[in-house]
Amino acid sequence: MSDIPYRDVDVDGEKPGGRLMEESYLGERFSIWSWLTTTDHKRIGILYLISTTLFFFIGGAAATMIRLELFTPAGDLLTDDGYNKVFTLHGVVMVWFFLVPVIPSVLGNFLVPLMIGAKDLAFPRLNLLSWYLNILGGTFAVWAMLSGGVDTGWTFYTPYSTAFANTHVSLTAIGVFISGFSTIATGVNMIVTVHTMRPPGMGWFRMPLFVWAIYATSLIMLLSTPVLAMVLTLLVTERLLGLGIFDPNRGGDPILFQHLFWFYSHPAVYIMILPGMGVVTEVITCFSRRRVFGYAAMVYALLAIAVIGFFVWGHHMFTSGQSMYASLTFSFLSFIVAVPSAIKVFNWIATMYRGQITFEASMLYAMGFVGLFTMGGLTGLFLASVPVDLHLHDTYFVVAHFHYIMVGGMVSAFFAGLHFWWPKITGRLYPETAAQIAALLMFFGFNLTFFPQYILGNIGMPRRYHAYPDAFQVWHVLSSAGAVILAAAYLMPLGYLVWSLIWGKRAPSNPWRASGLEWQTGSPPPKHNFLANPKIEGSVYDYHPAQQPRREPSDD
Amino acid sequence: MTEAAAPSTPGRAIRSPALASHFHDLRQQHAAADLGLWIFLATEILFFGGLFAAYLVYAVLYPDGFLDAAAETEIVIGTINTALLLTSGLTAALAVKAAGAGMRRSVTMLIAVTIGLGLVFLGAKGYEYWLDLDHHLYPTSPEFPLAAPPAKLFWSLYWTMTGLHAIHILVGLGTWGIILFQTVRRSFSLTDNSRIRIAGLYWGFVDLMWLFIWPLLYLMGRAT
Repeated sequence: MSDIPYRDVDVDGEKPGGRLMEESYLGERFSIWSWLTTTDHKRIGILYLISTTLFFFIGGAAATMIRLELFTPAGDLLTDDGYNKVFTLHGVVMVWFFLVPVIPSVLGNFLVPLMIGAKDLAFPRLNLLSWYLNILGGTFAVWAMLSGGVDTGWTFYTPYSTAFANTHVSLTAIGVFISGFSTIATGVNMIVTVHTMRPPGMGWFRMPLFVWAIYATSLIMLLSTPVLAMVLTLLVTERLLGLGIFDPNRGGDPILFQHLFWFYSHPAVYIMILPGMGVVTEVITCFSRRRVFGYAAMVYALLAIAVIGFFVWGHHMFTSGQSMYASLTFSFLSFIVAVPSAIKVFNWIATMYRGQITFEASMLYAMGFVGLFTMGGLTGLFLASVPVDLHLHDTYFVVAHFHYIMVGGMVSAFFAGLHFWWPKITGRLYPETAAQIAALLMFFGFNLTFFPQYILGNIGMPRRYHAYPDAFQVWHVLSSAGAVILAAAYLMPLGYLVWSLIWGKRAPSNPWRASGLEWQTGSPPPKHNFLANPKIEGSVYDYHPAQQPRREPSDD
Repeated sequence: MTEAAAPSTPGRAIRSPALASHFHDLRQQHAAADLGLWIFLATEILFFGGLFAAYLVYAVLYPDGFLDAAAETEIVIGTINTALLLTSGLTAALAVKAAGAGMRRSVTMLIAVTIGLGLVFLGAKGYEYWLDLDHHLYPTSPEFPLAAPPAKLFWSLYWTMTGLHAIHILVGLGTWGIILFQTVRRSFSLTDNSRIRIAGLYWGFVDLMWLFIWPLLYLMGRAT
């Protein structure tokens, strides 16, 4: 595809190898200012890592309050309004300031140029701008919270959000709007980089699947985020300027808001899971020492999810009174989108089959991802079926379903990727045993938190209520107990990863003996990524000779 | 004045100052810049697409109310503005061509004319807004002249569509202003740098959006 000639080794200003540590991107110039004005994709990845971690703990604090409140049937810890504001904050911060940016902007930023052997993303300054926009948007959202909060839920449904809510809806919506620009900037950067900056020898079907996943994610980001921007614009102009088009008094249709909102927000679910699929593919192939099973099928599955994901939004609206035929169609398409997802799950398992699996922490997280994603996906099929959804709509079953995808799936995948590439990013090895314990703890804590919510939903506990009948208490107590374990599992990596920055052992270039170009450069990489052009030979996942499983016990 | 066209793919000896360090050559850099802007325009289409979808839904639901409301727009100003904007699209396209040929004086002239036409467009639009307000054609106005409730939907869409379009014009004018300043200052190479082509693409998009807005808001009310 690429007819653009690739530069030979660019020796201008680069000293010959051997002084990797001095020249790594981390130590180039160690002032705060140099970090805040950097256009180096690796440093911007680190900036995103810090900011998304901060937002994760803000959103996590809100989740803690929710689980504390639900420990007892009476609404005793928070008032009704307070509870509404807390779960809205949790949703807004987690969706737009953690889940959407976390893998594309942290790991994607850091890894995509390395994986395709480029020096940087195509638009480095735009990349930095995207971080500032993300921070600005997040500041608006947190400001809205500090000055009184929002109580509409993260979905901002009209007419409540336009005509009745007296909280800081506009401020929050503006924050989300700004963060949308950040998402779009990242998406443009990723797509253009993949199209124009691949070296010769790396055709489309020789790219690592992580790059494919980021590419597919970027397509969704670019085509869906603008619609969210428009619907938020319409919401804010209706509230502030009186230009109402959702106002039923004028013949406006609040359901139109839901259509436009879910046209973004359903594909956004795939923004929140496809990058995780990419990470998991890299990790599973490495620690199974296996070529990925069905590379082309994996690529087509990613693209199919990205495309079909745009046509299923109506399954959020089965109870909204939309036409029966629309519901039927959306239901059918939602079942269809499960097919490529299932292909991916089967391919991961087939990749592991007869592999030489080792259980490093990132592999444990990745295997947890496969299980939890499968759970979340299968319960998604329950909800895609109209009659079942009429029973389960707006109950804890839905909450459990999407937390299995987003927390069980995406957060597990993020931790898998963070551990896997931590030596590359920081040049340090993390303590393996502690990390394995955290990974297992997270799996058990997660299931204890969210499995009871499936049962709760099925026996009738609705979402977004802070008081409930006594009969539900046992399940809520189980869930809250799980949340305590989960919180510990999230805090552990914060401890030992930071510890490893100072006391961790120095990492070699390729501690996992993984394939992939990013492992051909130093850990941490030098400022311009590669001192010599990386060698692109064989296929991406060259863990054993083609067409036969690896026979010798190990390389050690 | 014509500048000698700089070699488009300099070897390692001649490295254009326009070439960023992470690109191999100018061709790669231009390909990236062009693709980036085209993709951005795709997001813009989706952005306005949400608005047009809303318009479509309500125009189908309330055909009579929309026709009556659309008859109140200032068709003369709207049509003059269409002509102004299309002409500015021509001058912008010529500026892009002239930049490719390194004709600095023509580029300066053409960008100045583009900016001038854009400013007249905004002036006419402002006068039109003033007339609209004078006729109480604002949805929250207590003396809103049209009785049918959907008329307020139409006028909400009118203000949103034209307002967002005007913001895009402002962004475009700001971009042209900076480029004009840089062109006069000779601070960048016309041929090695893709910024004029990028601005031209963006301006073309803003023109095209108006070509959808004009029939929807101005012509439709006169169709019967």
